[in-house]
Amino acid sequence: MSRLGSQVRTELQLVSRNGEQLLLTLGIPVMLLVFFSLVDVLPTGTDEPIDFLAPGVLALAVMSTSMVSLGIGTGFERTYQVLKRLGATPLGRGNLIAAKIVGVVVVELAQFAVLVPVAYALGWSPPSPQWPAAAGAVVLGTVAFAGIGLTLAGRLRGEINLAAQNGLYLVLLLLGGMVIPFEELPAPMRAVARALPSGALADVLRATLADAGSRPGTSWAVLAVWAVVTPLVARRLFRFDGQR
Amino acid sequence: MNGSIGSNGAAVEVDGLTVRYGDLVAVNGVSFRADHGQVTAVLGPNGAGKTSTIEVCEGYRRPTSGAVRVLGLDPADDQRRLSERMGVMLQDGGVYPSARVRDTVRHYCALYDRGADAAELVDAVGLADRASATWRRLSGGEKQRLSLALALAARPDVAFLDEPTSGVDVLGRDTIRSIVRDLADGGCAVVLATHELDEAERVADRVVIFDHGEVIADGTLDELRRGHDEIRFRSSPDIDLASLAAETGLAAVSVGSGEYLVRVASDPQVIARLSGWLGTHGHPLGDLRAGAQRLEDVFRRLTSPAAPDGSADAAGRSTGRRRGGAR
Repeated sequence: MSRLGSQVRTELQLVSRNGEQLLLTLGIPVMLLVFFSLVDVLPTGTDEPIDFLAPGVLALAVMSTSMVSLGIGTGFERTYQVLKRLGATPLGRGNLIAAKIVGVVVVELAQFAVLVPVAYALGWSPPSPQWPAAAGAVVLGTVAFAGIGLTLAGRLRGEINLAAQNGLYLVLLLLGGMVIPFEELPAPMRAVARALPSGALADVLRATLADAGSRPGTSWAVLAVWAVVTPLVARRLFRFDGQR
Repeated sequence: MNGSIGSNGAAVEVDGLTVRYGDLVAVNGVSFRADHGQVTAVLGPNGAGKTSTIEVCEGYRRPTSGAVRVLGLDPADDQRRLSERMGVMLQDGGVYPSARVRDTVRHYCALYDRGADAAELVDAVGLADRASATWRRLSGGEKQRLSLALALAARPDVAFLDEPTSGVDVLGRDTIRSIVRDLADGGCAVVLATHELDEAERVADRVVIFDHGEVIADGTLDELRRGHDEIRFRSSPDIDLASLAAETGLAAVSVGSGEYLVRVASDPQVIARLSGWLGTHGHPLGDLRAGAQRLEDVFRRLTSPAAPDGSADAAGRSTGRRRGGAR
C-alpha cells in the first residue's frame, strides 16, 4: 500500500473507532433532521420544516466534519506528538494533508449518503435541485471550515482546542441559519450571521437545492472569501509540534 | 549497510553545533560523532542540551550555527531522504491513542520503501499478544516497546532513541536492551539519549556527557573511567578513618552510613591491607567492590560541582571539554 493510502486508511480507522466523532458527524445531524422535521417547533417559515431543514443540516454536516472533527482530531494528534513523529517519516506534509482531505471527503460522502435519503424519507422533495452547484458550495465550505479547524488545532493545547471547537460549533450552528432562519435573529446579529461561513453555506445550499436562498449571490461571495482566507491563516499559524 | 555515510566513516557527525532560543543558548559549540555498529549514549542532566542536539540530528530543528551530518546528509535540507533510513523514538507519545498496535506498526512499515515486516516487528518487541490493544490500553513498558517498534520500521541505518526504557519494568528493559544491542550489532548507528546511567553502562559502546549545553566528556566507558579506580565497602559506621589512614596508607571517606570509598588502584595487596586492618580492629567487611568507577560516579564527578571527592575533577571541568579517547 502507498504511503498516502496507508495514511488515509489510518485516518478512516480512527474516525470509525471514535464514538464522539461519529456522534458529531452523523448522529447529531440525523437527530436534528428527524426531530425538527417531525416536531414542528422551529419558525422555519415553510409549510414543511424539512424543506428548510434539509439544506441546513447538510451544511451542518459539512461543518461538523471539516471543522470540528478534523480540528479536534488534528489538535490531539499534535498534542500527542503524532504529527511530530510522522514528521520523521517519509510521509511528508503533502501526503499528510492529502490524507486528511481524502478522509474528510469520504466522511462527507458517507454523511450525504445517509442524510439525503433520510431527508427524502421525511418528505423532502426539492423541485429542481442543482447538485453540481451544491457540490461546489460544499467544497468551498469544506475548505473554509477546515482552515478554521486547523488554525485552532495548530495553536491551542488539546483540551482547550476541544472546548474551542465545540463552542464555535454551537455558535455557528445557532447563528448560521442552519436550523434557525436568519429572519428570526435580531437585526445586528443577523448581519453577523450572514457573514459567517456557516450562514453563507446554509444559504447557498438552500438556494441551489431548494431555490430558497435569501441572498445567494452575497452568500457565494462570503463563502469564497472564507475559503481563501482561512487556509492562508492556517498555513501561517499552524504548528506541527505541540505541548501537553 | 548502505553507503553515503560521513566523510570519515561516522554515521552522525556534529561539529560546533550551537542552538539558541532567543537569548538562551541551549547548545554551545557541541561536537561529537556516532559510528555504525555502535550504541552511543548521550547523557546529561535536564536542560543540558541533549534533546535540542538530537532534534537537530533528526531534522526537527535547524542549528543556529555549526554543522550536522547524518548518514552524510544535512538533516534539515535532506530530511525526506534521511527519513527513509532513520529510526526515531520520541521520549513520549507519538502514537494515536485509539490506534491498535498491529495497525500502527503496519502503517509505519508502509511509510518506508524498505519497511520491515509488521508482524515480525510486533513479535520482535514482544507485543504479539497485545497486537489488538489500543495505545491507551498499553502499560508504560508496552508503550515504550511499541515506540521502539516504530523506530525500527524503517530498518534504519541510524536510530535516535530518547529514553527507551523509561517507565519499563525489569523484564521489559532486558527486551529493549537486547533489541538495541542487536540493532547496533547489525550495523546501525544507535544514538541513545537517557538519564538512566545503568542503561548506558549496559548497552553503550561510547558515552557523550552533556552539561550546560556543552559536551564535557566523550569516549568509551573504559576511557572515561580510566585513572579513577576505587574500592567501595561496607563496615561499622564508626570506623576511625584517621587510624586506618595512618596504619594502612588508605584514605577512605565515608559516603553513607557504614559505607566507605577509597580512591586507589584495586590490587590484591591493597585489599589485603584493608581487610586485615578491619579484622584486627573488629570491624566487619561487606559489599566489597573494587575496580573502575561506575558510570554513575563518572557522571557525578563531571556534572556536580560540589562532588565530595571531585575537587580535582571540578578543576578539570573548568578547563572545558574532556575527551576520553582519540578520534
